[in-house]
Amino acid sequence: MSKAVLYDATKCIGCRACQVACKQWNELPTEATINRGTYENPPQLSAYTFTKIRFNEVDDDDGKFHFVFTKLQCMHCEHPACVTACPVGALQKTPDGPVVYDDNKCFGCRYCMVACPFGIPNFEWDKPLPWIRKCTFCADRQGGGLEPACVTTCPTGALKFGDREELIIEARERITASSDKYVNHIYGEKEVGGTSWLYLSPVPFEKLGLPTLGSEPVTVDAERAMGAVPPVLFGAAAVMAGAYWVIKRRDRMSQERADKEERKEVTK
Amino acid sequence: MIQKKRSFPVGTSILSVLVILGLVTVIVRYLNGLGAISNLSDGRAWGLWISFDLYCGVALAAGGFTLAGAVYIFNLKKYHPVVRPAILTAFLGYTLVILALLVDLGQPWYIWHAIIYWNIHSPLFEVAVCVMAYTTVLALEFSPAVFEGLSKSNFPVIRRFNWHVPIRIIRAIQIPLVIAGVVLSTLHQSSLGSMLLMMPETLHALWYTPILPILFLISAVAVGPAMVIFESTLSTRAFGHKLDLDVLSGLARAIPYILGLYLLLKVIDLMAVGEIGLIFLAYPQNMLWWGEIIVGVILPIILFSMPGVRQNRNAVFWSSVLVIIGLVLNRFNVSMLALGMRPGTIYFPHWMELAISVGLVADALLVILLAHRLLPIVSHGEAIEGSS
Repeated sequence: MSKAVLYDATKCIGCRACQVACKQWNELPTEATINRGTYENPPQLSAYTFTKIRFNEVDDDDGKFHFVFTKLQCMHCEHPACVTACPVGALQKTPDGPVVYDDNKCFGCRYCMVACPFGIPNFEWDKPLPWIRKCTFCADRQGGGLEPACVTTCPTGALKFGDREELIIEARERITASSDKYVNHIYGEKEVGGTSWLYLSPVPFEKLGLPTLGSEPVTVDAERAMGAVPPVLFGAAAVMAGAYWVIKRRDRMSQERADKEERKEVTK
Repeated sequence: MIQKKRSFPVGTSILSVLVILGLVTVIVRYLNGLGAISNLSDGRAWGLWISFDLYCGVALAAGGFTLAGAVYIFNLKKYHPVVRPAILTAFLGYTLVILALLVDLGQPWYIWHAIIYWNIHSPLFEVAVCVMAYTTVLALEFSPAVFEGLSKSNFPVIRRFNWHVPIRIIRAIQIPLVIAGVVLSTLHQSSLGSMLLMMPETLHALWYTPILPILFLISAVAVGPAMVIFESTLSTRAFGHKLDLDVLSGLARAIPYILGLYLLLKVIDLMAVGEIGLIFLAYPQNMLWWGEIIVGVILPIILFSMPGVRQNRNAVFWSSVLVIIGLVLNRFNVSMLALGMRPGTIYFPHWMELAISVGLVADALLVILLAHRLLPIVSHGEAIEGSS
């Protein structure tokens, strides 16, 4: 059964310990940023920041003010666009849940970055020999029976690691238990075919800055088009060869007919 | 083939300077990374190089397979004089794509990974395989011109080599080569559309449709003859060998039918999903849509349908330029202007990005100049069928 994390925005206090734990475990360098008048930092994910907490000041529909947080990282989709996009299969969805990246295959085309509906894979723009970088779901830790670093470090239980199906059931229970606290939507249950990261929120998810997405995987049309490649390949080859044969034969016949008539004229 | 001695022409000097500037930029890229020479960012990972060099470069190379198919498969002998220049431009177009990718890719020396690690679900895998295979086919299709040129070389050592052997081999496989070229181009032109099918959430609804691969193929077939008209008119001016007006107007006559089919499919597709209203409502993107449709589709259909236009070299030339501009607009729209970025991103090409693309075009022009001077490009006494 594939693993998942449930992020409950009502329990997150924006301490950003997950950011620190992520940098420590993945041995990521710090980034120089400027003071923008907020504790939210760095301003966006990058090749050196796999996760961050976004700060949101939101008025809900009843005019009530919320100071809520969004944890951003790779969503580890069930049908990942990046995995379908990658021409060399450097990105793979493992049965356990993580979408992992193999820099022994990647040649840096950045199609994954363009294809990802969540805008997650990032690139080492400052390096002469750059790779793609993104959250690994701590696949290495999971392999050793550990939780992802961010989950382990979270002091309030806003992050919960477990089996995806069980976490969806638990999320639904939390919503039913205190329906005034949550919007009735588990973000990631259905989005683009489902993701391994699931979100609960007191405010609509677009106010958390998460993209509004349909339940169909974004890979459907592209995979259908790719499925048409073999028939098009052989079909086009057959049509062209057939056209060549027919046209050549027709030209030869008309040539022969012309020759015959010419001969007739001469013998007359 | 003896040329008059001339001083180094101004045009060639300018082109050489542009090529050198491009090369310097490449060096900066390999020392300091892509961030140093481009305004690309995590929010906009693909920019000018992909839109211009890849998307436009491949589409504008469509003259090669359309003309080769018309002449060798459909036996339209009339167009034989323009096949070789068309194949040369196609070959150069694909070489440009590959050279641009050497800059754009993060680790271009691993490009051969596409040959051993297959992801058959990835449209970009199809693109990579088609680029490699079709560039090889184009090189082979063009190679007889090089061998003929070598067999008439000024150096006896080179001339003595049995150049007619490779020429005869290529002749023997010419028809399979042409068929392979048409099939690979069909796949490749459409696969650039398939690539965008991964972006249903970010590509604007005016352009996003599951039939994008088909639209890409048809628009490429339409721009093929337009590119041939464009090139041969320019090379007429530059090198002096005049082409029959009959050939030009014959090419021009085909364009309205192809563009008509293209327009029909585009409009029907928008109506089928009930999004036709967007062409009036989706401001400002609808302006881009109307731009490419009016300039590149509607005007050329009207102009090329008028016999007066088809009988006038200048009119045919400028109408073809419209088709080309329209196609470039379309490819920029789908791969840049109508493709959403991550929130908070802005993108305008860095001057060094432009320097790379301009340098590559200058590269190609230099090769065309050289080829016309050294190789039998236009008037050559090649038998039309490989049977001889």
